[in-house]
Amino acid sequence: MDPILLIVLIVIAAIVLYFIAAYNRFVILRNRIANAWAQIDVQLKRRYDLIPNLIETVKGYAKHEKKVFLEVTAARTALMSATTLQDKAKANNQLSSTLKSLFAVAEDYPKLQANQNFMMLQEELSGTESKIAYARQAYNDSVLMYNNGTELFPGSIVAGMFKFTQKEFFKTEEVEKEAVKVKFE
Amino acid sequence: MNAFDESAINKFKSYFLIFCFSLIIIALGYVFGTIYGNGNQGIIIVFMVLAFIIAVIMALVSYYLGDKAALSISKAYPANRRDHAHYINSVEGLAIAAQIPTPKIYVLPDPSINAFATGRNPENASIAVTEGAIKKLNRVELEGVIAHEMGHVKNYDMRLMTITVILVGLIALLSDFFLRGMLFGGGDDNRDLNPVFLIIGLVLAILAPIIAQLIQLAISRKREYAADATGAILGRHPEGLANALKKIKKDSLETKNASKATAHLYFSNPLKEGFWNNMFSTHPPLDERIRRLEAM
Repeated sequence: MDPILLIVLIVIAAIVLYFIAAYNRFVILRNRIANAWAQIDVQLKRRYDLIPNLIETVKGYAKHEKKVFLEVTAARTALMSATTLQDKAKANNQLSSTLKSLFAVAEDYPKLQANQNFMMLQEELSGTESKIAYARQAYNDSVLMYNNGTELFPGSIVAGMFKFTQKEFFKTEEVEKEAVKVKFE
Repeated sequence: MNAFDESAINKFKSYFLIFCFSLIIIALGYVFGTIYGNGNQGIIIVFMVLAFIIAVIMALVSYYLGDKAALSISKAYPANRRDHAHYINSVEGLAIAAQIPTPKIYVLPDPSINAFATGRNPENASIAVTEGAIKKLNRVELEGVIAHEMGHVKNYDMRLMTITVILVGLIALLSDFFLRGMLFGGGDDNRDLNPVFLIIGLVLAILAPIIAQLIQLAISRKREYAADATGAILGRHPEGLANALKKIKKDSLETKNASKATAHLYFSNPLKEGFWNNMFSTHPPLDERIRRLEAM
């Protein structure tokens, strides 16, 4: 065979292989984002389900703290009706801060603090809250990696051809846990 | 570089390691075969095949049963929501952060502060921490320790270490074959063999297992630093892990049910530090780990 033809064929084969690899990588990254997003939803739902139980328990000891109960309930409803990413992020922050004031109120009731059920709910809620933070972190990390991939050359060509468009970050107003800089040697 | 790349590099390293150790094993097999078989190809091949079969059996057993053995030797029991709610929540949260399935969660009945992770891949992983760690560490510190273990799971460290331990064991076994052969019989056949070759064989047989062991330990120490780094990325609280290490330093209780055989699994060296233990340690010195974490 003509050596020039052979070289051309090899180059074409290499380009095709690169395109396949790059395409598959984008699909994997996109699925990772979808999975991280689903995880956020799971945790938000879990918190949503825990709240009525919490309010009932607190009511048993602190009946007249109506204002806090109303705030928490309103924030809970707002979160469940939120559909877009930004709305969800906002409603989530709102719920977190109303829960904080609920727990602050609960501190004035020693008997409530000693209640086994309350302690368990408190642990579960703070556990769920940190899971939401972790899920958000995983989501944003995934989005960052995906977005970098779609912008960097030559991956950007593949992304443009197959419509891998940029994704939105899950922003939050609270002070973000800072990403640490790490050096692998 | 990020934690996602780290696991890809580790998988590559596993293959590279197998390749390098295979070369050492082939070299050993060749030299020993030459000495015993006077260059007889058949005996060389028998040597190699034997070594290969032993390696495969060892690999399969520790690959599939290693995690269960480690858990049962250390007398681990499953964590429950009533007593270990925070511990379980932390593991679940960090698994979400690492984007891997939640590992099985165990508690070790031991008053010292320690933890380990085991299992051949993230889908079959287990994490265990001591009762001492749950009691003596605060939330951030415990989360730091769990983040470190999650780093091991995510980086496929257990697979890398399992393969390393097997290969090192294999080289030790081959050398042992050779040295025993020198002592008992075999002397008659190599009358007309070049004595230089015999000396090379002898030196190789003595040095190879030591070098292999040192390589294994160096890899293990490096994986600890990497798990600290991955843990910091996942948990976003390197100071929690650093404080946990400081508490371990002050605590200085040895972990029971840990031996040289399982030491490489643990979060911090379960055996006391000292000149000899440091040189041949599976873990880097605590001070250096703390320094690196605090610099992040």
